[in-house]
Amino acid sequence: MSPLSAYLLLSSFLFAIGLAGALTRRNAILVLIGIELMLNAANLNFIAFWRFGSHTGNQVTGIIFVIFSIAVAAAEAAVGLALIIAIYRHYKSTDVEDIKTLKG
Amino acid sequence: MTATFIILAIITIAGSVAAMTLRNLVHCALALTITFAGLAALYLHLDAQFAGFAQLLVYIGAVAILIVFVVLLTRGSDTPQGAVFSSGWVAGVAVAALVFGVLAYMIRGSHAIGQAAPAAPDVSVRQIGDQLMIKYVLPLEVVGLLLTAALIGAVIIAMREPEQT
Repeated sequence: MSPLSAYLLLSSFLFAIGLAGALTRRNAILVLIGIELMLNAANLNFIAFWRFGSHTGNQVTGIIFVIFSIAVAAAEAAVGLALIIAIYRHYKSTDVEDIKTLKG
Repeated sequence: MTATFIILAIITIAGSVAAMTLRNLVHCALALTITFAGLAALYLHLDAQFAGFAQLLVYIGAVAILIVFVVLLTRGSDTPQGAVFSSGWVAGVAVAALVFGVLAYMIRGSHAIGQAAPAAPDVSVRQIGDQLMIKYVLPLEVVGLLLTAALIGAVIIAMREPEQT
């Protein structure tokens, strides 16, 4: 097994774990954690392709991509957690099965 | 495949599985921190020093702390009594297993990724900074605007909503 495919298998396994968690857990915080795991799997893919790809063009493109991806993921985490706090204040629960109506 | 990679992969996968299966939310957040640390070590192992330290700072330093704060603010630190998985968990796990199966099949069958590893690219932080300030300056400004808007929006969303009359 080549190193690149080992990294890709690891990141697809991480993605699958994050997907399983986001689809099956009842707590909204853990759904968000699952989404974070999927984003991190994508970042690992970026780094692995950068390391094992060809470097004929610009050498830093892969790193720049990961930096922007981390920044966007941080913004997503901040907004998502703020939404969870707002939902908890309204419903007194973070269980996604209790949150059934769009207009409270 | 080196021993370092195998150890880091086991740490990362164990952390992520624990984060998704443990009952207590604080334990889940701590397991998630282990996953982030394992990923940062994998980035360092892939010669991406800057991305590795950015991962450490942003994810362990900010996102994990934010998640622990939200767990405590929503009183999620007690171990839940009832079911922690939703009623349709079999379908969710089946979908995730299917996704992993398809991805693994495609990776194993691909001809494009079979070559040996090329030499490590020599990228210094100075080069990254130069590129960020010259070629990628517009995306950098857009990301700065996005982060500002997202953080102000997060504060506004999380503020106490006015009493309805």
